[in-house]
Amino acid sequence: MARRVAVCAVAQTGFVSNMWQKRFQQMCFETVESIVKQTGVDWNEETGIRNIVTCSDDVFDARTISDNGITDAVGAHFRGEEKTAQDGINAIAYAMACIMSGHDDVVLVVGHTKESQTESRNMCSNLAFDPFYCRDLGLDFEKGAALQARAYALKSGISETQLAKAVVNARRNAAKNPLANARELVTVEQVVNSPMLCDPIRALHAYPVSDGAVAMLLAAEDKYKEYTDKPVWLTGWSNCMDSYFFGDRDLASNFSLKKASAAALKMAGVSDAKGAFDVVEINDAYAYQLAMWAEGLGLCDENKGGEWIESGILETGKINPSGGMLAGNPIMLGGLARAAEAVIQLRGEAGERQVAGAKRAVAQGTTGPAGQHQAVMILEN
Amino acid sequence: MKKHKKNRNVAIIGIGQTHHSSHREDVNQPEMIHEAVERALKDAGIGIEDVDALVHGNMELFEMVHQPDLWHVIGTGGYGKACYRVTTGGTTGATIVGVGDNIVASGLHDIVMIIGFEKQQEGHTTGGITNMADPLWARNLQTGALTGATAEKTINEFGADRAKRAAMRLRVTLDKHASLNPHAHRNFGLDYDQIDDLMVNSPQLVGELRLIHMCSQSDGAVAIILACEEKAKKISKKPVWIRDHVTVHREETFNMFGINENQEVTHHNAARKLFGRNGITNPREYFDVFEMYDPSSWWGLDWLREFLQLEGDEHLKMVENDEVSINGSFPLNPSGGVISTNPIGATAALRVAEAALQVRGDAGAHQIPREVKHALASGFGGTFWTVLFMLEKDLDWQEAE
Repeated sequence: MARRVAVCAVAQTGFVSNMWQKRFQQMCFETVESIVKQTGVDWNEETGIRNIVTCSDDVFDARTISDNGITDAVGAHFRGEEKTAQDGINAIAYAMACIMSGHDDVVLVVGHTKESQTESRNMCSNLAFDPFYCRDLGLDFEKGAALQARAYALKSGISETQLAKAVVNARRNAAKNPLANARELVTVEQVVNSPMLCDPIRALHAYPVSDGAVAMLLAAEDKYKEYTDKPVWLTGWSNCMDSYFFGDRDLASNFSLKKASAAALKMAGVSDAKGAFDVVEINDAYAYQLAMWAEGLGLCDENKGGEWIESGILETGKINPSGGMLAGNPIMLGGLARAAEAVIQLRGEAGERQVAGAKRAVAQGTTGPAGQHQAVMILEN
Repeated sequence: MKKHKKNRNVAIIGIGQTHHSSHREDVNQPEMIHEAVERALKDAGIGIEDVDALVHGNMELFEMVHQPDLWHVIGTGGYGKACYRVTTGGTTGATIVGVGDNIVASGLHDIVMIIGFEKQQEGHTTGGITNMADPLWARNLQTGALTGATAEKTINEFGADRAKRAAMRLRVTLDKHASLNPHAHRNFGLDYDQIDDLMVNSPQLVGELRLIHMCSQSDGAVAIILACEEKAKKISKKPVWIRDHVTVHREETFNMFGINENQEVTHHNAARKLFGRNGITNPREYFDVFEMYDPSSWWGLDWLREFLQLEGDEHLKMVENDEVSINGSFPLNPSGGVISTNPIGATAALRVAEAALQVRGDAGAHQIPREVKHALASGFGGTFWTVLFMLEKDLDWQEAE
């Protein structure tokens, strides 16, 4: 049996729409400095950090090998540094695997993205589509989401009001989270009347352009005590890839999320997702995703995501206490920030938005258009 | 640096590579990858349904496809499976083998396929590499991967004639190796009597780095299937064990902590750590083959010294005495190496794959004509980064104290 892995600390820059005063190196460095301050960890190759798992993207950074710009900032001086180029929750998982395998004892995870640096994030995600059939159609992650939002609405019958309530909840929670980007309260009327961005997605249904960095320190069960007395254990994990062409996929089926969720639950020894989690962090880049991903995670029944939103569960503060992706994290860091909030909650350090007595949390990360690649992580204290 | 006990052993059980060429216009990216995947599955004697997870890597700005694993799923077989994407520049291919090693050893997945590819025809390789440099400080100075610095250093140390002759001799030796490898992108049929001519007449790129010294830009893909000990023994007649791997990155030339001119070379650092923690005191004696990521003959020559921890002119002598040829005492790159075949995201994985084929005795015409029990394979990339692998034929090594 592999060693258990604990998250010993998290650090995040605040998330804002344009961190113009800092290069991404500076953003990363600040989070690493915070980790050092919190834990006293050092870079001794025998006892401290000898491997770093980063997360960033060449296209968003406009740099071939985006991690070579941050090797010094993350302390990758004559030691391992490996970059995951997908949602950063996968970076946590790979760091966990490094420890479970026995290869490393202590691993630093650092992710960064500056969406503001791009002319348009949609121009970047347009490049994820094949250059023969889909790219010239103008598809990007936003338009992929719009097609999925339509498919999901037709299948589940989710209403404009229910979608609006997802946004209202995000802002209400984000208002209590000093790190969140979009913290201004909105009403159902404002959301319903906000301009159409990409039919049926309205402007307020979409996550704001965001910049930020997140770091985490992971350690083996026989090492964590040197860094924290409040470990958060990674107990469940999986990810899964759906097919590529939208015509090959059932966009409203949650295929990859259901598979990832089932495997993560199995690993954590949880039989039913319903009622299993004190804290739920869903990677809702667009309002419909709060409902649709909740179904995929098994938190509510098929096609009942809309009703779930109105069931009163959002008022408990347990669903996306960070404000969720709707409150604004950059692409690549959605799941990483979800997991970071889960850790903060399980450490009891969430301040005004703390979920009392939180024991077990689930965090989700998404990569690609319309949730093509999904990842689910279960954390416990 | 101490080695930790692996949670469980990991073996290479399947290898597949495409034909490599400057222009694979007959296939698109997923189709090209599919060739490698099919061959790896066939080699392992398993179906895609037996594979639990995939690890995919390349460099996005070479082909200008963002997160290409999303599109490539139609060729990788990743549908419905756990999929990871990890990229580290030229080292990517070796990094993803390391990711596969760690993921399988962790117990998360039993059988993992790693996929490295590049289709450099679809982009501009030197432009892509230049774009790795800091836009404020270094991009206007960067010349892709072309540098004459190692040539100058070697010439200053050993004299122009000896240095140039040794670099070109290594070039010819590897061309001879490439001519034995049906997958190799380039072989020119060079012979040692052309050394004097090439030393003068091959076009200069930067200083004494000449066109003939430099690696190709290729289209190609490689897939390697890794399995845990229990499954590897069931599935494979000839599993090749990954004994250990080490990754050593460092910062850009301009870094926030300043410049240390006497800094150890990463290759030397990586080899020192890997050999030290595995109790290898004489790597030249221990390893039967070395598949090195050699982007140019000058680097290949110089790096023999770094990796093998040699002093003085030992590395030159190894080349001058033909010890590095396929029939020599320390065969280097029997595949022909990077200098003959370089689909960048696959290149470092090809080093591991070719080293494993040698251990299995399945390298065909470029098989070393004696038993191969211990193999070394390296990756190079980024701002002088190293990944180094030790492969073993038998699960019988003693852990170092």
